[in-house]
This record gives sequence, C-alpha cells and structure tokens, in this order.
Amino acid sequence: MRKPSIGAFLLALVPFVAICFSVSLWDRIDPMVLGLPFNFFWLIAWLFLTPLCLWGAYRLEATRAADPHREDGGTP
Amino acid sequence: MNSSVVALAFISVIVFTGSFIGFYAGSRRKIDLEQWIVGDRGFGMLLVWLLMAGEVYTTFTFLGASGWAYSKGAPVLYILGYQPLMYVVSFFILPQVWEIGRKYRLQTQADFFHVRYNSKYLAAFVALIGVIFIIPYLQVQLTGLGMIVEIASYGAIHRTPAMVISFLIVAAFVLTSGIRGVAWVSVVKDLLLLFSAVFVGIAVPYIYFGGIGPLFAALVRAKPAHLVMPGATTNLGHSWYVSTVLLVSVGFYMWPQFFGASFSAKSSDTLRRNAVVMPFYSITMPLMFFVGLAATLVLPGLPNGDLSMLAMVRKTFPAWFLGMIGGAGALTAMVPAGVMILTAATLFAKNMCRPILWPGMTDQQVAKLAKSTVLAITVAALCSAIYSSTTLVSLLLMGYGGVGQFFPGVVLGLYSKWATMRGVFAGIVVGICVFVPLVLTKHDPMMGLNAGFVALCCNLAVVVAVSLLMPGERGGFHDHPRASIGA
Repeated sequence: MRKPSIGAFLLALVPFVAICFSVSLWDRIDPMVLGLPFNFFWLIAWLFLTPLCLWGAYRLEATRAADPHREDGGTP
Repeated sequence: MNSSVVALAFISVIVFTGSFIGFYAGSRRKIDLEQWIVGDRGFGMLLVWLLMAGEVYTTFTFLGASGWAYSKGAPVLYILGYQPLMYVVSFFILPQVWEIGRKYRLQTQADFFHVRYNSKYLAAFVALIGVIFIIPYLQVQLTGLGMIVEIASYGAIHRTPAMVISFLIVAAFVLTSGIRGVAWVSVVKDLLLLFSAVFVGIAVPYIYFGGIGPLFAALVRAKPAHLVMPGATTNLGHSWYVSTVLLVSVGFYMWPQFFGASFSAKSSDTLRRNAVVMPFYSITMPLMFFVGLAATLVLPGLPNGDLSMLAMVRKTFPAWFLGMIGGAGALTAMVPAGVMILTAATLFAKNMCRPILWPGMTDQQVAKLAKSTVLAITVAALCSAIYSSTTLVSLLLMGYGGVGQFFPGVVLGLYSKWATMRGVFAGIVVGICVFVPLVLTKHDPMMGLNAGFVALCCNLAVVVAVSLLMPGERGGFHDHPRASIGA
C-alpha cells in the first residue's frame, strides 16, 4: 500500500497531541470559557479543529495522488 | 388518554415508519449476498455518511453518555476524546481497506485477513472473535431499547416483551433489504436523533438553571470534583483517559460491522472526505453530557445512571415528547443492531462455516445460511440481554478490548510486508488471553490503564517478535477464490 505522506501524518498527529496526550494540561475547571469548564471547552473546540487538520491532510494526499510523476505511481 | 398510551403511540408510529422505509428501500432490488452485505459497492458520500453515522451513534450515544456524565462525571469526556480521533485513524485505514476490498471483491473483515495472510484458519478465527464481541454490543442496543420502552410506558410494559418485538422487526428488515434498508432507516433516525439531542441538550439546562453557563456555575459550586477527572470515581484518572482514548480510537473501525461498512462506499475518496466531516456530528455528545450533569443536581440518587436522560425528559416534558424521544431512541438501537446482526451472520456463514466445515457450498447456499443465522444471533443477543445486568458503557468497553486486538493485524497488513500470519495469530490470541481474565477478575482498569490497552500492547509486542523471529510467508495480498465472491 502507498504510505501516507509525512505532512499528512504530522497533521493527523496534531489532534492526538491536543486531545489525548496533553490531558493533564487542560483537565481543569478554570479558566471557564463561554460558561464551560476549561476541559469541556477544550474538547468541544477540537471537534471543530480536527476536521480542519484532516482537511489539510486531505488536500496534501489529493495533490500527491494527482501528480503523475511520482515514482510510486500516485493513485493506486 | 393517559400519558403512557400517548408516549407509546408515538414510539410505535416512529418505529413502524422507520421500519417501513427499511423494507421499501430493498423491496425493488434483487438481493444476493453482494447486494445484501455491501450494497453493490455503490453508496455515495451521503449514503455512506448516513450509514456510518447511523451505525456509530447508537443507544450508547443516547443513554450511555448521559448515564456516565451523571454517575461518573468528567471521565465521560473520554467520549469527546476518542470520537474525533477515531475519524483521524479511519482517514489512514479505510480508503486503503476499500482499495483492497474492490480489488479482491472482499465482503467481510475476515476476508481481508484471508487475502493478506493467506490463511482460512486465521480468517475463521478473526470471524469467531468478531462474532463473540458483537454480542455485548448488540446487548447494549437491546438493553437500551428495553429501558426506553419501560420508562416511556411509565412502567406499564416490561422491557422483555419490548426487546423481543423490536428485535423481530430488526431481523425482518435485515432479511428483506440487507444493508441498503439499514442505511435508509438511518435517515429517519438521524434526523430525529439530531433534533432531540439538540433540543433536550439546550432546553433542560435552560429550564432548570437558565442556560448552560448557569448549569456549570451551579455544578462548580455544588460538586467541583465531578467536573475534572477522576470525577466521582477513584480509578478513572488521566492515565486511564489516555489509554482508553488510544484503545477506542484505534479499535473503533476494527468492529467488523464498521470495517465492513467501508466496502459499501463508491470510492476511496468518499471515505476520505467522509472522515474529514464526521467529527462535526459529535457535537451532539456534549449536549447529552449536559442533560446527565443537570440530572446530578435535579434528580440525585437514581438507581441506574443510564436512566438519567429519559428520567429528565419524563420529568420535564409532556408525554408526546417523551414518546418522540423514545421513538428516536428505539430506532437508534435498531439501526446499528441491524448492521451488527447482518455482519455477524455473514461472518459466521462465509468465513467460519464454508471454509472450515463445508468447503463445497455455493454462494447461494452461503447467503441462505447467513439469513437463517440472522434469527439465531438475534435470539442469542436477546437471551444475554434478558439475563445480564451491567452498565451500557462497561459492556461497550468490553467489546472494544476484544475487537481492538485486530488493529495490529490490519495496520501492519496494510503498511508492512514483514508481518506474518503466525505473528498476527499469536498476537490476537495473547491479546484476548490478557484481556478477558483482567476483565473477569475485575482488574480493569489495571494500574490506572485500560485493560484492553494493556492487552493491545502485549498483542503488538507478540506480533512484532513472532513475525521477525519466525519468518514465514511474507509479502502482500493473495487472491483467493474462496475469499472473493467469484467462486
């Protein structure tokens, strides 16, 4: 299988860091944002930011697939 | 007219309308095995989105999430953590799986293991583990459905007859329309679920507290510890959160039914774009949390947290509205249950019975056997739901620990040449042998880590070690007439 590009992979890593590994940094009540405790606010915000990262990854993969000069042949 | 009659009438109308659409969707097509399980691989982005959203957002979304927000507090945030991340994982797996699926005409997850690792025994083993762990997931749907009818009828109808009737309906539309029927029932179900979740999630905090902000202000005053992990528990802290989010986000698309749903897409690009937009749908989850959290202050002391959402609706709104929520909830149980039954039946007939027991079966005979298995699986899930009691979330997490063990075999199968059949076989066996005893002896979480995650780590180590130390047949995909449908 064609491996995903490094760029797409790094973009995908961003939500993993923000949502999963950094939990001890954001799991608190203060500062409350928009009336929500900080942990609720942070995770809800990433429901909107994750598609943004994936859209970037999608653009990267799409341009790569469209490029016929790649050795691995682009679209499988 | 008394309120239980009104509520039940609403539930019945919604359930029957939804089911009728399910029957109608498949009634004008000839249904062979290919049409039944993968819809002839012709679903565009909208239908794939509906099917996936329809399968992903189950009764668990509806009752389990508010239930944990009520009884456990902040650990429920793991749901908001894994949902966007599982789509990130799917972005890198499903399009590739789809490509393989089209090339070798795959219909099930076990077929994938068959063509990649060149072993009908590994395929049958994967099918067996898949079927075993689908049962608790089905049980989640059934139990949820029973609770909905019991609450909506104000206790007049016991949950057992309700579960039996609705599951016979599910089995009926699965038999007549296959996956296409299920996808179209999702249309009704998703609209109702979205509407109810948004309405209840905003209205309940507004009615009791004057808004979501004031709800949290009241919670911060009354129960600040409920709002950060480990919430009302002692052992669901940050390491549990990280390990659970990792396990569930990689394990999610390892469910045979979700893995298999990708085969029904029209193209791999459909699946990629779908992964980009899916996280938006999760916005219903925090709304369910708000209802559960409001219930901790308004209705403390419920015997079972999973009832908190329905109990709040019953306390707050008129009977017809409870009926509508109940109807949405019932369809929310029935749609995913339909796909689970369909998948389990196909796995059993195609990947276990034919290759191991009766190699001479034709495709028509496999299809016939799969359809008769539908009823057997329905009955098995009914029995386990009637005779067991545990919370929805723990049932679901048990399933994830099981199917998550497929992840190394799938990812290494797609992206590496060195993973071998023996390695993957040994890995899954070790994973299951670590996971099941930990859960049965109540060692989940173990040292603050999710037991399924611990098992997955052992599994991965074994796959790598066995593959590298005992090199066997290496390399890519093999065409097998028995795995593909052309035979």
